[in-house]
Amino acid sequence: MALNITASRPDPALLDLPWELPLETWPEDNLAALPRGISRHVVRFVKLSGRVLAVKEIKADIAEREYQMLRVLNRLEVPCVEPFGVVSGRLDRQGNALDACLITRHLQFSLPYRALFSQSLRPGTSSRLIDALAVLLVRLHLTGFWWGDVSLSNTLFRRDAGAFAAYLVDAETGELHQTLSHGQRDHDLDIARVNIAGELMDLEAGGYLEAGTDPVDTSNQIVTRYAELWAELTELERFERGDRWRVDSRIRRLNDLGFDVDELSISTDFDGTHIQIQPKVVDAGHHSRRLLRLTGLDVEENQARRLLNDLDSYRASQDRQNDDEEIVAHEWLTRVYEPITRAVPRDLAGKLEPAELFHEVLEHRWYMSERAGHDVPIEDAIQDYVATVLPSKPDEATVVGVDTVEMPVVAMFDDL
Amino acid sequence: MATVKFDEATRLYPGNDKPSVDRLNIDIEDGEFLVLVGPSGCGKSTSLRMLAGLEEVNAGKIWIGDRDVTNLSPKDRDVAMVFQNYALYPHMSVADNMGFALKIAGVDKGEIRKRVEEAAKILDLSQYLERKPKALSGGQRQRVAMGRAIVRSPQVFLMDEPLSNLDAKLRVQTRTQIASLQRRLGVTTVYVTHDQVEAMTMGDRVAVLKDGILQQCDSPRHMYDHPNNVFVAGFIGSPAMNLLDVQAGDGGVDVGGSTVPVERARLAGASGGNLTLGVRPEDLELTTEGQGIPVTVDVVEELGADAYIYGSTKARQHIEADDDNDAPEKPFIARVDGRRPPKKGDTVYLAPKQGHLHLFDAESGARLGD
Repeated sequence: MALNITASRPDPALLDLPWELPLETWPEDNLAALPRGISRHVVRFVKLSGRVLAVKEIKADIAEREYQMLRVLNRLEVPCVEPFGVVSGRLDRQGNALDACLITRHLQFSLPYRALFSQSLRPGTSSRLIDALAVLLVRLHLTGFWWGDVSLSNTLFRRDAGAFAAYLVDAETGELHQTLSHGQRDHDLDIARVNIAGELMDLEAGGYLEAGTDPVDTSNQIVTRYAELWAELTELERFERGDRWRVDSRIRRLNDLGFDVDELSISTDFDGTHIQIQPKVVDAGHHSRRLLRLTGLDVEENQARRLLNDLDSYRASQDRQNDDEEIVAHEWLTRVYEPITRAVPRDLAGKLEPAELFHEVLEHRWYMSERAGHDVPIEDAIQDYVATVLPSKPDEATVVGVDTVEMPVVAMFDDL
Repeated sequence: MATVKFDEATRLYPGNDKPSVDRLNIDIEDGEFLVLVGPSGCGKSTSLRMLAGLEEVNAGKIWIGDRDVTNLSPKDRDVAMVFQNYALYPHMSVADNMGFALKIAGVDKGEIRKRVEEAAKILDLSQYLERKPKALSGGQRQRVAMGRAIVRSPQVFLMDEPLSNLDAKLRVQTRTQIASLQRRLGVTTVYVTHDQVEAMTMGDRVAVLKDGILQQCDSPRHMYDHPNNVFVAGFIGSPAMNLLDVQAGDGGVDVGGSTVPVERARLAGASGGNLTLGVRPEDLELTTEGQGIPVTVDVVEELGADAYIYGSTKARQHIEADDDNDAPEKPFIARVDGRRPPKKGDTVYLAPKQGHLHLFDAESGARLGD
């Protein structure tokens, strides 16, 4: 059987990787990081043409299916890792067949949850991770995707202006349906709850969990956070004809949650005394889309909200409220945002994403101003931040790592 | 533990005009291992998911024990989907890995310990309970994961193609282990597979589905010997049953010019003269000219004790309505004595053994006679 590579934009350098070796035995010079942690399948991170790729060894049909599924999810603009290709038809030097490999791009500045817990933690980290996962799960369910294996391990997190944004990593068990039934959503939530509790109990057993966090209580948050968000995004609301302000209020609430309403159904009762509204199509990314349109910056939702707020303050401070929003935005970008994000020395650039850095500098300025008792200029804040805070932060551009015990599928009683 | 009952259970997907599962009726005994099998799109997975609560039931009911679970959420049904990518947690002991889901459910410590120990005994893990998963072999880790489902002591285990990602050798090994484990546990189990061999070797009973309709639900032996219709006859068994289109004649059926004797009473239920004759490869005997079905031998496959001959007859091979009409004609297969096999090019005469001839109505496909 010949080696077969499926990839949307194939890189010839792929051919140089040692496909004839079981992934577990790949030499260190191919790897972007030493294997650490443990996972259900063998997973390795490799360097290729200046980028980092995750390689997972699985059966060919499963690899192909997951590759196609990730492509579809990317097209649907669901936050998930980007598939790079599938390598099948692998043979070792003796001519024995090896499993296929699914290759995905490493998501820059993403963090596995275990990496977060091995740093000194801000209180409430696990809650913020679960909030992010709840948003991801709601978004997946709205598109009709049933995950089947929701867990912190199967998710990557990016910092998002003090909160986190969650990305799906593993779509192996997933299925795409027209819409999901109650039972399917419930089942995903139940899987999530049990897996998260297990993962937090494991952190607790390893001494990594923040003090005062109860794994079971915390895992239950996924259910409540999900239910609140789902209700706000999908529920029918009924009110008297006079209360038409509630239409606008619902749309604003959805915007605040980061969603645009693309379609809202409005209907009245027979006698016309009551109005019913229900969002039909909602689209995540309310703030990030607006920021992208104004500035071309592509950032996470909360970061976008933060940047837009700063843009608004800039407009007010420059007395430019009546000028064209796009022109002022461009000015803000070149006069405020870019000078700050460029003020970081090259050797510290791998610490934080630019938008997250900007958020941190704004926070830093606030504390400095509070201490000083007057407004501190942003130029002073960035200088102080780069000198005193940034150097002690861990490098997060390419944190890789896999979790949970490696459990290759074997016969259950192989050792008796 | 409990019985399971599909009572006229129907699933119609929005936008479809034909149900994916059409008025399914199956009564599953307490402790029984029932396998749902059929070609892709037959409704087997949908049926299992209806039982799990993942698919809505549009009509009919589903019962677990004496509880109507038709509209219950999956977690309230007391069923466990097994082999669903369980993770093992490296810092937790084997006992905690097996029992942590009970802790979430609020079960008290003593009870958790008791159930974990019971499960460990069944899974031969007793002496490893205090170890970390890293210290275990692959097979032991797999059993710890299985233990996670067992300690919940659900009323029903559900398994959807759990072996599909294994290679052939491991599949054979693991299916025996699952079947024997299920018998030791005695928990009612519903298992879905597309592989009829898996179904026949594992199930107490096998339910064959096609196009959302239950074709037959029977013990493997009875299904093999008495397929209800021509679809089941062709689907169950490997190599498959020979199925030929034949005509009713005097004293028997006409198979490409020769007569195979059949009692008149067996043909009483036929809707016309057109029939399908079925005979399994191992149910044929070599006989003399004029006695059986004349078969021209194309290939002989010698396996030591037995030999299989692949040949052609003058009678037409039966083709299912939805078969690919352009597919190459299937050979007529017979198992013969491996020490004296016929040669390629020979014409042999093969007669069905007494009591092993199957007849089906050509119109309805239904079995004729006993």
